Amino acid sequence: MKTFSCHKIAGGKASGELLYSEDPICFYLIDPKTGKIIEKQHCLYGQCVTGKILVFPYGKGSSVVQADGMYQLKLTGKGPAAIIVRDADTTLAASAIIFDLPLVNRMPEEFYQAAASGKLDGKSADLNVETGTLCLMD
Amino acid sequence: MKLKAEEQAMLDGKYGPGTQLAMKVLVAIGEAYDAPYMVPVTRTHVALSNQEADLWFAERLAEGGAHCRVRPTVNPSFNWKQCEAFTHVEPEDLSIVKRTHAAYTKLGAIMTYDCTPYLERNVPRFGEILSFSESSATPFVNSVYGARTNREAAQSALCSAVTGVTPYYGYLLDENRAGDVLVHVEADMQDDFDYQMLGYFAPRKTGFGVPVFEGLENPSKEALMNLGAQLNTGGNVALYHIVGFTPEAPTREAAFQGKKPKKEVTITRADLETMRSELTAPGGKIDFALYGCPHFTIDQVTTIAEIVKGKKLAVPMFIMTSSLTKNLAEKMGYEAIIREAGGWIIDDTCMDQPCWKFLYGKRGITDSPKCAYYTKRRQMDFVLAPLKDSVEAALAGEY
Repeated sequence: MKTFSCHKIAGGKASGELLYSEDPICFYLIDPKTGKIIEKQHCLYGQCVTGKILVFPYGKGSSVVQADGMYQLKLTGKGPAAIIVRDADTTLAASAIIFDLPLVNRMPEEFYQAAASGKLDGKSADLNVETGTLCLMD
Repeated sequence: MKLKAEEQAMLDGKYGPGTQLAMKVLVAIGEAYDAPYMVPVTRTHVALSNQEADLWFAERLAEGGAHCRVRPTVNPSFNWKQCEAFTHVEPEDLSIVKRTHAAYTKLGAIMTYDCTPYLERNVPRFGEILSFSESSATPFVNSVYGARTNREAAQSALCSAVTGVTPYYGYLLDENRAGDVLVHVEADMQDDFDYQMLGYFAPRKTGFGVPVFEGLENPSKEALMNLGAQLNTGGNVALYHIVGFTPEAPTREAAFQGKKPKKEVTITRADLETMRSELTAPGGKIDFALYGCPHFTIDQVTTIAEIVKGKKLAVPMFIMTSSLTKNLAEKMGYEAIIREAGGWIIDDTCMDQPCWKFLYGKRGITDSPKCAYYTKRRQMDFVLAPLKDSVEAALAGEY
């Protein structure tokens, strides 16, 4: 088991498999019925984010669509369990806080690099935002 | 975060659960960005959207007894009374419009239903601290007026409207307002349409960060409106500077606060042409013309009225404006001219609303890449052209 520190944006605890996205995420372009990314040009196009701890660089989308996307996923329960980003813009942060989606940033560089290499995809992890720790299972 | 007694009282629920929720959200944002404390805001603008999340949050605040201390202006929804003249409004769409109106009214919002509040009714001064959401508004108030706001979500701006404060971080601080990338514009900017293309294209070269433009001379208010709207659609740009023109950039040195640009890029006429050809549908027959993303000014309405006067449009034309602009167009006779030609001026309405369902699957013409971008998800195809050319196309029925 390996533990990483992280910085709280939106609180909570979550467990799930890690999934890395090289591209930014717009929650409006995730199908609330299936949890799949429907944006054709996206590197995770067609993949399901339900229950995952999703790792991506930053959010994209206007001041309203990010919130609406998260809200729809919350209603269906098809959203990710938690999200980890490198840069958090206010729109993403506010939406995660309001819709109770655990969100952290400022992971050690070692974590971002491992995630980008694809080595962490599918690994189980426990995220505790309150203590600022991510535990990676072996 | 260090809170003042009144802010702590809001957080403790002394003003009811609605105000408490608003303060909780702002404290969480403040802590996420290491803001040391809250600062008062003197103006707010909320990107009301009529979407379910928007309604859910506004109703939660309103039912919790929240009332805005700094009353916001709001973005458009759709004007169902006017839309009924040319389309059928679905009962479920009408229901969400009315519920959203009721919730925001209860919160004490000023129901302007306009996405260009920075031109009328909510105009800030230099250095004023605000909480503005809406992608065309944030860059305009930050860049053109030198007021200070972060790129707020509709919900965080509403929380600031309720509590009267915002966490002190990001673009509110001097050092974060310095330019990052120097952009040499080597295209001769001929009209406001060129600014649309410049705005949409620039983030591809500048990336994340504050662009500083050189080579732009005396842009009109419409050009600046277009530039900001497209910078924040093509990219994530809430602040830019124009050397020798915007207030924080009297010189290049001032724009970068004495630091060296992290990057220098050049944008040419060929770049603008490439951008246009990527965004536009091919020419040919069109079914309608749609304008007002962002809302058209009286000068843009005048341009259209002068071209269509005494003529008949081959396809329907819809021009979205604020209610003040529509009222002015009526007083000045432009509304009658446009109506006689077969066009409509619609106030309080956004193009990303369900009232436009009757246009889905059709081909339109517009002057705004932002309009074309958001409606792609609705199977609407758009030819992009400068305003005068596109009005001529609507008279002819093809471009």
